[in-house]
Amino acid sequence: MSDFPRWKYALVALVLLFGIVYALPNAFPPVPSVQVLATHGAPLDASVKQKVADALTAQKVSYSGLAIEGDHLVADFPNADVQAKAADVVKGALGDNYTVALNLASTVPGWLRAIHANSMPLGLDLQGGVHFLMAVDQNAVVDKQEERYADDIRSLLREKNIRYESVARNAQRGQGIGVVLRSAADRSAATDAITTEYPDLLVQDGASTGDRFLLTASVKSEKLRELALATIRQNTATLRNRINALGVSEPLIQQQGEDQIVVELAGVQNPAEAKKVIGAIATLEYRAGIGYPGDPRAVEAARTGNVPPDANLYYQRGTNQPVLVSKRIIATGDELVDASSGVDQQSGTPKVDVTLSASGAKKMLDFTSSSVGKPMAVVYVETVYDTKIVDGKEVHIPHTTQEVISDATIQGVFGKQFQTTGLNSPKEASELALLLKGGSLAAPMNIASQSVIGPSMGQDNIEKGLRAVLLGLGLVLLAAAIYYHLFGLVADIALFFNLVILVAVMSMIGVTLTMPGIAGIVLTLGMAIDANVLICERVREELRNGSSPHAAIRAGYDKAWSTILDANVTHLIAALALTTMGSGPIKGFGVTLLIGILTSMFTSVTVTHAITALIHGNRKLKTLSV
Amino acid sequence: MEIFNHNSNVPFLHWRKISIVIAALLMIASVGLLLTRGLNYGLDFTGGISVEVKYDRTIDIGDVRTALDEAGIENPVVQSLGGSRQVLIRLQPKADGKDGAAGPGESASARADKVAASVMAALKKERPDAVESSHSFVSPQVGDELKSDGSIAAIFVIIGIGVYLWIRFERRFAIAALLTEVHDTLVTLGVISLVQREFDLTVLASVLAVIGYSINDKVVVFDRIRELFRLSRKAEPEEILNRSINTTLSRTIITSLFTGITMAALYFIGGPQVHGFAITMLIGIVVGTLSSIFVASPILLWLGVSKKDLMPQTKDNPELARRP
Repeated sequence: MSDFPRWKYALVALVLLFGIVYALPNAFPPVPSVQVLATHGAPLDASVKQKVADALTAQKVSYSGLAIEGDHLVADFPNADVQAKAADVVKGALGDNYTVALNLASTVPGWLRAIHANSMPLGLDLQGGVHFLMAVDQNAVVDKQEERYADDIRSLLREKNIRYESVARNAQRGQGIGVVLRSAADRSAATDAITTEYPDLLVQDGASTGDRFLLTASVKSEKLRELALATIRQNTATLRNRINALGVSEPLIQQQGEDQIVVELAGVQNPAEAKKVIGAIATLEYRAGIGYPGDPRAVEAARTGNVPPDANLYYQRGTNQPVLVSKRIIATGDELVDASSGVDQQSGTPKVDVTLSASGAKKMLDFTSSSVGKPMAVVYVETVYDTKIVDGKEVHIPHTTQEVISDATIQGVFGKQFQTTGLNSPKEASELALLLKGGSLAAPMNIASQSVIGPSMGQDNIEKGLRAVLLGLGLVLLAAAIYYHLFGLVADIALFFNLVILVAVMSMIGVTLTMPGIAGIVLTLGMAIDANVLICERVREELRNGSSPHAAIRAGYDKAWSTILDANVTHLIAALALTTMGSGPIKGFGVTLLIGILTSMFTSVTVTHAITALIHGNRKLKTLSV
Repeated sequence: MEIFNHNSNVPFLHWRKISIVIAALLMIASVGLLLTRGLNYGLDFTGGISVEVKYDRTIDIGDVRTALDEAGIENPVVQSLGGSRQVLIRLQPKADGKDGAAGPGESASARADKVAASVMAALKKERPDAVESSHSFVSPQVGDELKSDGSIAAIFVIIGIGVYLWIRFERRFAIAALLTEVHDTLVTLGVISLVQREFDLTVLASVLAVIGYSINDKVVVFDRIRELFRLSRKAEPEEILNRSINTTLSRTIITSLFTGITMAALYFIGGPQVHGFAITMLIGIVVGTLSSIFVASPILLWLGVSKKDLMPQTKDNPELARRP
C-alpha cells in the first residue's frame, strides 16, 4: 500500500538523471592555454603553427596540445606558470600582427557541450587574475551637457536676433542655465525659441528687476537620468572594446548600479598593462583629408618617410593602409553630441548619423561649403599614460596613438547634422558610432578598487574548498547514518544527490564559482540535512505514539512538510537579500544558498520519500529502522 | 540511537526570568562592545591597501612588523592567515592621499601597486622566501556604499521574515521571532567585536546567513507551538510552550550539530579565505540554538499568546479539513 504515486517516481528519476548529466562537466578541469588570433589580415595557417611549435621547443616549453580551431590557434600547457612563459615566447616569435591571449581551454567532451552542459566558470579567487571596480564620474556628464546647452542657446538667440545680456551656467551643478534678457517680450520670444528647438530643456521664468529679465533653462530630470544611463552603457561598451584589444580571453565587464563598472580579467597577472588600456583617454578629430587610404602618395610617404609639411601620415584602423591627413582640424570629439548607427533609406547601406554642437556645426558648415567632393577623415586619438618613478616622484608620460577610423567623401554642405554612408556592414556602422562616441561622450572614470590574485593562490583555494566540501559531506553522511540508521542512509543518498543537483543547476545557470560560493555549498549541505532530521524525528514520535510503521512514515512526512516549508521560506528570504547585494563575494554566496535551499527541499523530502516508499513499499512491516 | 530522552520535560519556561535577564545582559554587553571597541572592519569597508604574503617556512608576525617598521612603512596591520606561513598586511590610505597625479584616474590604484611593491621589497630583504599571493586596493567610497548596502540587506531580511511570520502565524510570533533575531545578530556581532575578528564581506555574508539559520530554528519551535495549541483542549500557554521546546529539542540540537560539523570542517581546512565566514557561522549557530530554547518562547509568553489566536480558519488549512 505504497502511497507514493508513479509519476513522482518518474519525476525523481528524471531530475536525478538531469543532475548527473549537467554536473558531469565539472569533473573535466579546464587546462591553461594560449590563444593566438591574427590581426591586420595576417595569415593563420600551418606555417604559423609550425613557427609557434618551433619557438616553444627552442625555449624548452612543454605543451600538451597545439591546434588551429576556427580562426584561432590554441596551445595547451600543464600549468599556469608554463602558460605565462609560453605566452611571452609566442608573442616574441609572432610579432605585432597577432594577439596572444591567456585562456583556459575546456576539456569537456563534445557530446556534453552539444547539450549545453558546461562546467561552472571559476571566479577570480579560484583562478587568479585582476579585478577592477571603475567609478564613472557622472558629474562630468552633467557639466558637459550644461556647457553645451549654454553654447547652443547663445547661438540660437543670435540666430533668432533676440538680444540678451548674458547666458551662463548657474552656480550649482544640475541647476541649468541662466539667461538674462532685456525685456519681457524678448524673454517670451527666447522661451518659445528654446522650447521648440530643445525639447529636453525645461524653461522657467525667473525674477526680473528693472531691465533684467531672467529665465532658467534646465535639463529635464528624466533626460539627465537617461544621459547617466547612456553614459555608463557607453563607457561599458568602450571598455569592452579596449579590453578586447588587450587580448584577454573572456573578460567580464559588467555595469553595476548607476556609476560603477566591474572589470574582471582572469589569468592576467600584471595589472599595469590592463590599467593603461582602461585608463586611456580617447578623442577624435574631424580633419580635412588629402587622399584616401592606400593612395600612391600615402604609400610612397610611408615607404620613404617623406611626409608633406601640412599633413600627417596615419594608418587606417583595421586595414592598416597608410593615409595622408591634413593637419587642419575641423571639429573635435568634444563638439560631437551624438552618433548612432542605422540604415540609409536611399541606398540601403549601413550609415552613422552624427550630431555636432553649435560651435562644431559652424566650423563644419564653413569647411564643407568649400570642400564638396573632397575627402574628410576622422582621426581617433588615444592617450595612454605610463607611470614612471623619476627622482622618487611619479611622472605620467603620455603615449598618443592616432589612427584613421573613417575616410569619406563630402557629398554636400552640412553643419549640425550629417551622416556617413556606404559602410560595409551594420557591425562596422555600430562600431564606428561607438568609436565616435567613445571619443567624445564617455565620462571620465577612475579605478575605485582593484585586486590582483596570483594563480597559485587560486589553485590553493580550489583544493582547500574541495577538501572542505568533501570532509563536511563525509562527516554529515556518517553522523546521519549512525543516528538514524536506515532512514539516515536514505537521507545520505538524498544529500549526495543534493550536492549533485546543486552543482548541476549552478552549471546550467552559469553561476561563477567563487570561494564564498563554496562556503555556501558547505553550509547548504549542513542545513539540508535539517529537513531529514525533522522527518526522522517525526517518524520516531509517531512510532512512540503507537502508529503502525506505514502510518508513521506517512504521518511523519505529512507533518514535517509544513514545518519544512515555513522554515525554508524564511531562510529563502534571507538568501534573497544576500543576492540583491551588489557586491561580488556576497552575491556568489547568496545565489548558492538560494539554489541550495530549493534543491534541498526537493531532495530531502521528495527524493527520500521515493526511496523510503521503494524500500518499505508494500511489505508488511513490524519495525522501522530509524 | 538516541542522545536525548524523548520524554524529557525540562521546565525551560520556569527559568524564563533568568534566561531573559541573561539574554538582555548579553545584548547590552554586545552593544557596549560595538560602541567602545567597534568592529575591526576589513579592507572592503575601510578602503586602503592589503597585501597577502606567503612564506616557504614558518614566519613570526613580530618579524614581519619589524621588517615593515625598518622600511619606514607606517601603521601596518599585520595578521596571520590560517597557519604560520601566510600573513595579511593592511595599510590605511594616508590622509594626504591626493598626490596630485596627472594621470587620469590612476593615482590611487597606481600608488597601491607601488605600496605593495615596497612592502614586498621590505619583506624580501629580511626573508627572501616571501612571495606575494595577492594585493588589493579599495577606495573608501566603495566601503561606505557597502556599509549602507549591508544595513539595507539586514533590514530587508528582518522585515521580510517578520511579514511572512505575521501572515503564516500571528502577530505575536512575528514580534517574538524578530526580537530574538535582533538578539542573535547583536550577540554574534558582539562576539566578533570581542575577539576583534576582521569584519570583511564574507563575515557580513555569514552574519546575514546566521539570521537565516536562526530564524529557521525558531520557526520549527513555533510550528510545534501552533500545532499543540490547536490539538490540546485545555491549553495552558506555559505548559504548551514548554512541551514544544522539549519535543523539538533533539531536532534543534542535532541540526545545530550537523551544521556545526560542516562549518568546523570549513574552518579547519577551507583555508584563510573562509575562516571568518566559518567562525561567524559557528558563533551564530551556538547563539541561535540557545536563543531558540531559552529566549524566543519566553518572549512569546510575555506577549500573551493564547489558544484562540491560533484557531485556524478552516478554509486555508487542509490539515484541519481532513480531520473528522
